Amino acid sequence: MPGIRADYMGMALSIDDLDGENLTYFKHCAQHDFHLQKCDDCALLRYPPNTGCPWCGGAKATWTRVEGKGEVHSYEEVHHAIQPAFKGHTPYMVLLVDLDTQKGQPSEVEALRVVANLTAPDGVLAPPDTVRSVGIGTRVRMVFADVTDGLSLPQWTIDEQAPQPAKPWRYAQE
Amino acid sequence: MPLPADTDASIPKYLRDKYAIVGVGETPYTRGSGKTTRAMGSFAVRAAMADAGLKNTEIDGMLSYQSGDSTFAPMVAGDLGIRLNFYMDVFGGGSSTEALVGIAIGVIEAGLCKTVAIFRSMNGFSQVRIGGTGARAAAPVNGDQLHGRAYGWQSAGQMFSPTFMRHMYDYGTTPEQVATVKVIHSEHASNNPKAYYKKRFTVDEVLSSRIICKPLHLLDCCVETDNATCFIITRAEHARDLRHTPALIRGVVGRCNKPRMDMHYQHGPISTVAGHYGKDILWPNAGVGPEDVDLTGAYDAFTFTTMLQLEDYGFCKKGEGGQYVSDGTMRLGGKRPNNTSGGHLCEGYTHGMNMVIENVRQLRHDVDDSCPCGPDGKRQHTYDYREGGCRQVKNAEVTANLGWAMPGTGSAMVMRRG
Repeated sequence: MPGIRADYMGMALSIDDLDGENLTYFKHCAQHDFHLQKCDDCALLRYPPNTGCPWCGGAKATWTRVEGKGEVHSYEEVHHAIQPAFKGHTPYMVLLVDLDTQKGQPSEVEALRVVANLTAPDGVLAPPDTVRSVGIGTRVRMVFADVTDGLSLPQWTIDEQAPQPAKPWRYAQE
Repeated sequence: MPLPADTDASIPKYLRDKYAIVGVGETPYTRGSGKTTRAMGSFAVRAAMADAGLKNTEIDGMLSYQSGDSTFAPMVAGDLGIRLNFYMDVFGGGSSTEALVGIAIGVIEAGLCKTVAIFRSMNGFSQVRIGGTGARAAAPVNGDQLHGRAYGWQSAGQMFSPTFMRHMYDYGTTPEQVATVKVIHSEHASNNPKAYYKKRFTVDEVLSSRIICKPLHLLDCCVETDNATCFIITRAEHARDLRHTPALIRGVVGRCNKPRMDMHYQHGPISTVAGHYGKDILWPNAGVGPEDVDLTGAYDAFTFTTMLQLEDYGFCKKGEGGQYVSDGTMRLGGKRPNNTSGGHLCEGYTHGMNMVIENVRQLRHDVDDSCPCGPDGKRQHTYDYREGGCRQVKNAEVTANLGWAMPGTGSAMVMRRG
């Protein structure tokens, strides 16, 4: 596969032509269709894409469609952005989300924990009011920020259809 | 599919107390050193040699660590007239310190060399800023980095915060408890003439400083400074001929990891850190437990990292770290002071080295505070810990350093007074 060079929010993103795992992962994302590698030996999914099974060491895997729904496991709220691209979007949120798929496997302390920002449904970083409404326990669904052909970034947005906790857990100091 | 069983990394007990740190040295902690990392590294190694009473012909091993931000061991050795029988420059930052102690012991034991200088030289403020501010902030984002940096998830504080936040959720840890780490370390720094920040802070001042990355306020984050630091390791029997009371090495943990160190958040509980695994290596190898330790050096890249490590190495029950760091235990005069130099939060940022140097001086009972010197050149410690006063821990016999790279990786070392 040819490599990818693209600009996203003022950042130069690239995937080398040798990096088959990331090219395939983001190609599925570009089709707004989330896929993860499933180990051919132990049948466990894994995230992020890599070159072997972290659970059993198996070398072979099959890309498998995974539903992009889950619950916020932890979060942070960045008020002082480091990268120039993000300075106009503070405070922005980085969410660590437990996917419903494979939650509690291979043991009760594990989940496929997918990192992304909190965004509006169109994949643009969420405004401050929305940021303040999200915490641990919030139900989210995956959307995609389109970057270029073969590259979209998975993002999280509030799942409007899902029952939400009355008050998601938030840091004590607002 | 269960994870692989934990590896038994116990060492033969005869290595306990067989090696010692015999010399320590550092440059001033500054913002704007005006010197190259090579010049600073040479200064620090020279200072450690002088402290130990070792000549350049007696150093034949050198170890350093960096992340493309520093000079290399052969350059520093060359500037000091040292011919090396062994050297290695390792890639990495925090938690390398104690890991390199283990490597030094190993290579001396294997007969590769006899005496090893370990140094870290960094213009962490004026050249390569650890927080990623500056040129690195706009660096291209390639391959695997798309799963992190593309989301504005890059700096240490940003990378660790999901762990910090989840600890508060899991255990009810409060911002006030965590802020006390900065308060206590700032008190210690006020008694350290070398410290970059000597001002004492209150809990309110920490919590009213601006939010950097929630749950981190500005004053929850360590200082970025320019400095080089060094200590020297040799066999204990050689150490006894040198200038100072040796700091004998009881046991070491080197870059011990949680599962999934490529992306540790895939494994939980995410409010547990690598010390959970490290403790099972550290205490059996050292032949002591947390209750035997007189003072600690729990790495304070952030206030939270001190708490998480003390908790997971067993200085308190899991989940009670907030209580431990805020009840006065780790204050000078308390039961088990932590980071008596002020640590990374106040003294200077060295990727772990200054916390080891401090504990070596504590074990000599000769920490460099403002107490008056006696006729033997050693300070006459008053044990009056008020601002500007003493910071020597009375009768310090056993120390523990808990080094941090990230939630999923850590190192540790126990030393005792020789």
